[in-house]
Amino acid sequence: MNTQHPLWQLVLFRMRGFLREPAALFWVFIFPLLTALALGVAFRDRALPELAVAVVDGPDADRLAPSLEAVEGLTAQRMSEAAGRDALRRSKVALVLIPGPQPELIVDPTQADGRTARLMVVDNLERLQGRVDRVVVQNRQVTAPGSRYIDFLIPGLLGFGLMSSSLWGLGWALVQMRTGKLLKRLVATPMKRSHFLFSFMLGRTVLALAEILFFVAFARVLFDVHMFGSLLSFTLLGLCGSTAFGGLSLLVVSRAGNAETASGLMNLVSMPMMVLSGVFFSASNFPGWLQPFIQALPLTALNDGLRAIMLDGTPLLALWPQVLVLGVWGLIPFLIAVRYFKWM
Amino acid sequence: MQPLPSPVPSSPPLAIEVRGLVKRFEDVVAIAGTDFEVPVGQCVGLLGPNGAGKTTTVEILEGLQHATSGEVRLLGLRWDKNAAELRERIGIALQETRFHDKLSVEETVRLFRSFYRRGLSVEEAIALVKLEEKRGAYVVKLSGGQRQRLALAVALAADPEILFLDEPTTGLDPQSRRALWDVIDGLKGKGRTVVLTTHYMEEAQVLCDQVIIMDHGRIVARGTPAQLIASIGGEQVIEFATTPSLPAEAFADVPTLVAARPRGDGHTLSVKELHRALPGVLSIVTARGANLVHLSTRQATLDDVFLAFTGRSLREDSSS
Repeated sequence: MNTQHPLWQLVLFRMRGFLREPAALFWVFIFPLLTALALGVAFRDRALPELAVAVVDGPDADRLAPSLEAVEGLTAQRMSEAAGRDALRRSKVALVLIPGPQPELIVDPTQADGRTARLMVVDNLERLQGRVDRVVVQNRQVTAPGSRYIDFLIPGLLGFGLMSSSLWGLGWALVQMRTGKLLKRLVATPMKRSHFLFSFMLGRTVLALAEILFFVAFARVLFDVHMFGSLLSFTLLGLCGSTAFGGLSLLVVSRAGNAETASGLMNLVSMPMMVLSGVFFSASNFPGWLQPFIQALPLTALNDGLRAIMLDGTPLLALWPQVLVLGVWGLIPFLIAVRYFKWM
Repeated sequence: MQPLPSPVPSSPPLAIEVRGLVKRFEDVVAIAGTDFEVPVGQCVGLLGPNGAGKTTTVEILEGLQHATSGEVRLLGLRWDKNAAELRERIGIALQETRFHDKLSVEETVRLFRSFYRRGLSVEEAIALVKLEEKRGAYVVKLSGGQRQRLALAVALAADPEILFLDEPTTGLDPQSRRALWDVIDGLKGKGRTVVLTTHYMEEAQVLCDQVIIMDHGRIVARGTPAQLIASIGGEQVIEFATTPSLPAEAFADVPTLVAARPRGDGHTLSVKELHRALPGVLSIVTARGANLVHLSTRQATLDDVFLAFTGRSLREDSSS
């Protein structure tokens, strides 16, 4: 390769600028890792807690309490009726049992636990009365991989990371170069402007590639998140997203004359998508009338696509609507930006 | 109109020709019609206070701004027709370019060198500005003077025929300024034309073959430093103060007097011949019964020229 070629020198310039900036490395690689760790710990899957049941003191209580205690998933405590009702009110127990010839069950109808506890307690009372089960069921417990919160989170966090590093990494660098008159100095040389813009896109793509592979690796190693689809498709879609955000970023900073304006504009673009586009929770939680708008956002398209490949093994071809959305978001802002870009 | 290269100019060949140059921004006239030419190989200084139109003039010459009207030719070429070729043949150091902080001197020069078809080697460009010791240092670690030298190395990378330096020493301490003067002085010759703007008259006096003094978008004077100083008539300056202070009219009869201006408690007199004027001043002071508290004489400078043409001091203006 001709190392004196201007395009090569410009790409080197971009890469060096990034690699020698510890803050940039932190935001691109370390920050998402820490976020995933924090959220992964906060929302880790725990075994269901045992349900507490209050058994009101009385003649039968001596017999009932130990037998309920023996049921898997239940704990029984003996107390007075008043204490039981108080514990129920404070969600300390899910159910209060008043033993007697006709046992009385007190539950809070707004608590899902109460319903479960009622079924388990009634089942146990029936058996104590000598009910014979005629159906023998076998229980088999599975936890399907790809269904945990961290599985949902990782692709979304990658999409968000790609958006942030494109917007900030590319946009910020351009604004700095404009305010420092470096852009002006560059256009005073015979440098081809297309080389310059292309070098930014190329540099961005190389870094996005590193970002994607780093994400897949740490998700696998630290959180045992598996890739169900093709890694190649996943990477290609990620790069497609990164390029789309690159185009958008170019538009955002195409006229910005100072860092304050640029950072305001970048927040304006990224904040709504961070909330709406299913980074931390599914975009389907938003009402139906908002959905067409949400689905048209580039980050939604990227996140949906990455999740589909990673968690469902969807082939890239089936994701053409997402690719189309990303393509439109990449190309149109890019063309407008090139037309109106302020070099000095 | 002109399919052939421009006709062979009468000697000396011109590096820069400017005719009727006007630049208007919305409601401000930055350049109000200027004409000048620079022969190949000359170092020309645009001198004037901030806002005089120096930078606008230079940026039009550099192809970074468009003139409202008028004609500009560099090396016989025009920006509207030969922009690509002109960019190859000129070198530019803008007023304070911030190169990338985390790029080394060598990497920065190499990046810029890569845009040109011909030019110096990276090592040569760095050696010309005497930055060899800093070639591996990041830009962020350089002093102000070293950054200006880097800007100069970047401007020289293409081995340009015309070199534009916009206020190359503004903001530098006197020592760095002198070091940069040495570098620029060493660049003259080799047929290279240098255009520099400055508001330091010493700088123009030291470096320039031709000085163009601008004020409010106009050229107020043009010539070699010696011609300009001679043009104001008095080549010697007497500065003095007395107690009690005496009125200016008292000194109207000093021999060979050209101009008198008040200065603090005393006066500044421009005179043609010091050996005749000075005894005159002393006898007037004695005759009036006053005492001298200060007396000094010096050669007239470009600052006196600026003062003579505009009624203002360049220093007062530029210090703001």
